[in-house]
Amino acid sequence: MATTRPVSTTRRPVRQGGPGHGPGGGFAHIERPNNARGALRRLWSFLAESKRDLLVVVLLVLVATGAAVILPIIQGRAIDDYILKGDLPGLGRIALLYMGVLAVQASANFGQHWLMPAISQRTIRLIRKRLFEHLQLLSLRYFDSKPHGELMSRLTNDVETISMMLNQSATQLISSMLTIIGVCFTMFAVNWRMALVTLVSVPMMAIVTRYIAKHTRRGYREQQATLGIMNGIIEETITGERVIKAYAREEASMAEFDVSNQAYVKAAIFAQTLSGVVGPLSGLINHLAYAIVALVGAVMAINGLATVGTIAIFINYSRELGRPLMMIANLLNTIQSSLAGAERIFEVLDEVPELGEHDDAVSLGDIAGDVVFDDVSFSYVEGVPVLKSVALHAEPGQTIALVGPTGAGKTTIVNLLTRFYDVDEGSIRLDGVDLRQIDRDSLRRAIALVLQDNFLFAQSVMENIRYGRLDATDEEVIAAARLANADHFIRRLPNGYQTELSERGSNLSQGQRQLLAIARAMLANPQILILDEATSSVDTRTEIHIQEALLRLMEGRTAFVIAHRLSTIRSADQVLVIDDGEIIERGTHMSLLAQRGFYYNLYMSQFKGHVDPVMIPAE
Amino acid sequence: MTNTLRLLRFVKPYWRLALAAPLLMLLEVAMDLVQPTLLQRIIDDALPTLDLGIIFSNGGLMLAAASVGVIGGLGCTIFAMRASLRTGGDLRQTLFRKVHSLSFANLDDLDTGQLVTRLTSDVTAIEQIIQMGLRIMVRAPLLLVGSLIMSIITAPSLAWIFFAFMPLLLVLVWWVVVRARPMFRRVQKALDGVNETIQESLSGIRVVKAFVRRFHENKRFARVNDNLMQTSVKAFRMFAIVFPAMMLVVNGGVVVALYLGGGRVMRGDIQIGQLMAFINYLMMALREVLFFGMLVSSLSRAEASAERIVEVLDTQSTILDRPDALPQFEPQGRVAFENVTFSYEGSDSEPVLDGISFTAEPGSTVALLGATGSGKTTLVNLIPRFYDVTAGRVTVDGVDVRDVRQTALRRAMGISLQEPILFSGTIRDNIRYGRPDATDEEVVAAAKAAQAHDFVMSFPDGYDSEIGQRGVNLSGGQKQRLAIARALITNPAILILDDSTSSVDVDTEARIQEALDEIMAERTSFVIAQRVSTVLNADKILVLDGGRLAAEGTHHELLATSPIYREIYDSQLGNGVNANGNNQTS
Repeated sequence: MATTRPVSTTRRPVRQGGPGHGPGGGFAHIERPNNARGALRRLWSFLAESKRDLLVVVLLVLVATGAAVILPIIQGRAIDDYILKGDLPGLGRIALLYMGVLAVQASANFGQHWLMPAISQRTIRLIRKRLFEHLQLLSLRYFDSKPHGELMSRLTNDVETISMMLNQSATQLISSMLTIIGVCFTMFAVNWRMALVTLVSVPMMAIVTRYIAKHTRRGYREQQATLGIMNGIIEETITGERVIKAYAREEASMAEFDVSNQAYVKAAIFAQTLSGVVGPLSGLINHLAYAIVALVGAVMAINGLATVGTIAIFINYSRELGRPLMMIANLLNTIQSSLAGAERIFEVLDEVPELGEHDDAVSLGDIAGDVVFDDVSFSYVEGVPVLKSVALHAEPGQTIALVGPTGAGKTTIVNLLTRFYDVDEGSIRLDGVDLRQIDRDSLRRAIALVLQDNFLFAQSVMENIRYGRLDATDEEVIAAARLANADHFIRRLPNGYQTELSERGSNLSQGQRQLLAIARAMLANPQILILDEATSSVDTRTEIHIQEALLRLMEGRTAFVIAHRLSTIRSADQVLVIDDGEIIERGTHMSLLAQRGFYYNLYMSQFKGHVDPVMIPAE
Repeated sequence: MTNTLRLLRFVKPYWRLALAAPLLMLLEVAMDLVQPTLLQRIIDDALPTLDLGIIFSNGGLMLAAASVGVIGGLGCTIFAMRASLRTGGDLRQTLFRKVHSLSFANLDDLDTGQLVTRLTSDVTAIEQIIQMGLRIMVRAPLLLVGSLIMSIITAPSLAWIFFAFMPLLLVLVWWVVVRARPMFRRVQKALDGVNETIQESLSGIRVVKAFVRRFHENKRFARVNDNLMQTSVKAFRMFAIVFPAMMLVVNGGVVVALYLGGGRVMRGDIQIGQLMAFINYLMMALREVLFFGMLVSSLSRAEASAERIVEVLDTQSTILDRPDALPQFEPQGRVAFENVTFSYEGSDSEPVLDGISFTAEPGSTVALLGATGSGKTTLVNLIPRFYDVTAGRVTVDGVDVRDVRQTALRRAMGISLQEPILFSGTIRDNIRYGRPDATDEEVVAAAKAAQAHDFVMSFPDGYDSEIGQRGVNLSGGQKQRLAIARALITNPAILILDDSTSSVDVDTEARIQEALDEIMAERTSFVIAQRVSTVLNADKILVLDGGRLAAEGTHHELLATSPIYREIYDSQLGNGVNANGNNQTS
């Protein structure tokens, strides 16, 4: 059927500012693969698993196409040899033969349509699986540098495009090509003169099609670009809808959208009209061939160069010609755009996984939790150092408070300790072993984090806490929730522990999300604990209880706390004051106050004279 | 189909195009139908008599018909594309406006990811179905009826074959239609499951890594991935049965016509040309039914999209402007809550706010303290009418907020929400978002007050630095400070800061506080904060507890009268003993 259109209309590149602070701008989608052959070969490697099935499908397509080519000949024979000669029993025999070929064709088509979905879906499943599993291995540096929406688009839209191609285009392309070859071959075999005449319109149409295809590609590129911009606006608007409402900016937002919407409609009309024209044009080929066959065939019949049966055969073939030709033109477009998608997928698969590990990496057993930073320097972007020669020593069981302005490098220390990133210079040692020598998974199992962004999954509260330790029983989960003082609010939720959270836990308040994250960390029962501003948005009364629970948890464990709370800082064994990537002061709360330095000023500015002078030790 | 039909009203403005397309298609169909008859004339009239004149005149007619037909087809395509894409554009526009008209409560119910899909790929699906509708769905019935008539004219004695095979095909088509819809809905659902899992795993990648849950995630994904595969295979295999069966029926009809018609030719009842033309009409008609069947299956897919679109269109905003609402509003900033009760719709649990009454005088600062879930955010959300009160009323300058147009009401306010969402564009654009006509100097002033100026200037492009979607390259504290600047630049009568400095360090927060004290002197401000130090200077502190107003007063009053407040204060600034009784000198 002639309705196969380039399916790329559902691709949606997301408008993104570039990462970093430089001028970002959108990225244009060029729907042409840079290395089509390479992409094909790799795609083949995914298909190879179904090699045998695929071979069967190709054979079945061959059989079905063969049958389709033979049927008109039988029809022609029936007219010439039996009907026109008045042989009714012969006609009956050939009708039975016709039926037989039909049965073969139907079976082959059935087999092909039965096998192909399994092949394509199995392949797609494999691609998805590889992609997903590979993503899990990539470093945070990768995720930080790639806009979220773009990655998402690769994992969904690009994979979907390939799926479409495998599902329909691949077999259709094969059968279209076989049909053309078969029809041409047979036509020449039956009557070469008429074959030449029938094919007269083909080169002409090929030229027209090529011309159209070229412009169509350009048109589609334009359409995808405008679609990308428009979808970007839609996505951003919906995410930011509350802000738009808060600032009563609906009108401006609509105006912005209307412009992009109109641009898209215009581009789409151009592109899709051009590609839609292909349908009627293929009809024209059919009709021209039809008319020419009738005209020339009749003249030849009069001169004894053709029979009525031959005309019937060619009339049938004339219908078979235009469709596969146009389909091939269309399919090539589709395949090209899915190969471009395949390339984007392979790009992800080619990303080198997280920070290579030494072959002899040790797996951590029971550790004491002795952490040493030995002159550690680090930068996210080359030339912009975030940590400069940081040295610290946390003895087992100590609580280290990290204090300092935003952007001083506190979070980076955490990122290095968990090996989300590797140090540039110096080393970090845990119980005397360089982190890079330690099996990464076992390192992270020894550490629990309560991060700034307390991500929760769209699952039940129970499952979210259990994320900390998958084999925990319900009782253990509830116990952990109690310790984190989350039990109280959880029980007040509509379904208690079985309450399903919505996307990112958005049906909970920020404070509640934090309580769950704390419970999750508690359940993990780690040797090292990292609290990254974990308590900043829990309200004060709840926090009192959390403090209590955290103190209990921190007991006997090494804890790094990025702290805002005086009480936390006070009870810390070491307070490290970090500014601009360096540890500028260190000591305990009291000794630091006595220094009357950076920390003292920080402390005073928070409480602005509302604190009893008695609290500050005399110089 | 009802939802798809309902969306057809969007075609109305383009009815001329939508009418011209099928009319031109009629031309194409007519030309298609003429061809076999002309062929018949050539074979039956010209061949026996060897009359070249008949051959050329009819052959010429066939070529002419082909040319006219292609004009009809091209015209139809051009008009159909225009009609469908413009309709799609209008539909998107209407949806977009609809989203803007929705209330916060509506938005809570609609999943944002799905909303994006509805405005993008679902609308595309509708566009495509309209295109098909205007082209192929018109073509198929016309051709069907036309060839039926032509075949009766050509060979009346064989016409019954049509009526014998047509019902068979129709049964098959019906079978596809009935089965396809639920099947593809299941596929769509399975696909949603896969996409949601990917989305979640990507967003939560830090957590996944921190807890080493790679294998757990892989397993979770394998489950949805396998499910999608199985569902898809099942759905697509439906065609494995149907398509070959349809082909068999079509060709079966041809065989029967050939055999029975051949007999009649032998008996001299009809001529061979008649038989050939009849077979041509038969194939034409039956093939159209086959196409039609395939199309109908895509119609049922479109219906799923239409359903999702209509759902958005049908969503009634829970907050509407009254017809007589004030179009202009420039209040002094006196905010009063009069016995306000609020509960989220559908939840039968206890109200989130219960009998709240207080007044905030113009120029005063009101601070809200209270436990998680005590209703602080809900309370401030009622002032700009993000939600409507369940009972009681909220007034600004004595006017019920429900008597003012939402846009006018909100223009009088500067709001920094709990989650600081920024837009793509430059930092300058983002700050200016609060007031698009603000000058560069005003932008800088607002940024300075929000303590954002220094870090902005540390970027290579300063205020012209681009920020990614949702501000990915800024820290949480930096985003919060830009959000505050955005609120300050509106120069509002009422300023609302909902926990806007939670990720900002104490030192910076103190400086923001200082700047705010100065700027907010003239306006009413509401501040939700966790740190007591943030609220010490407030003119009025509201302590919320379980949705009730537990205490109200200044810092000194509350210290003396409110045990809850005293407890909070002690835990944060208290003299040496924290809540656990641990001594500071550990």
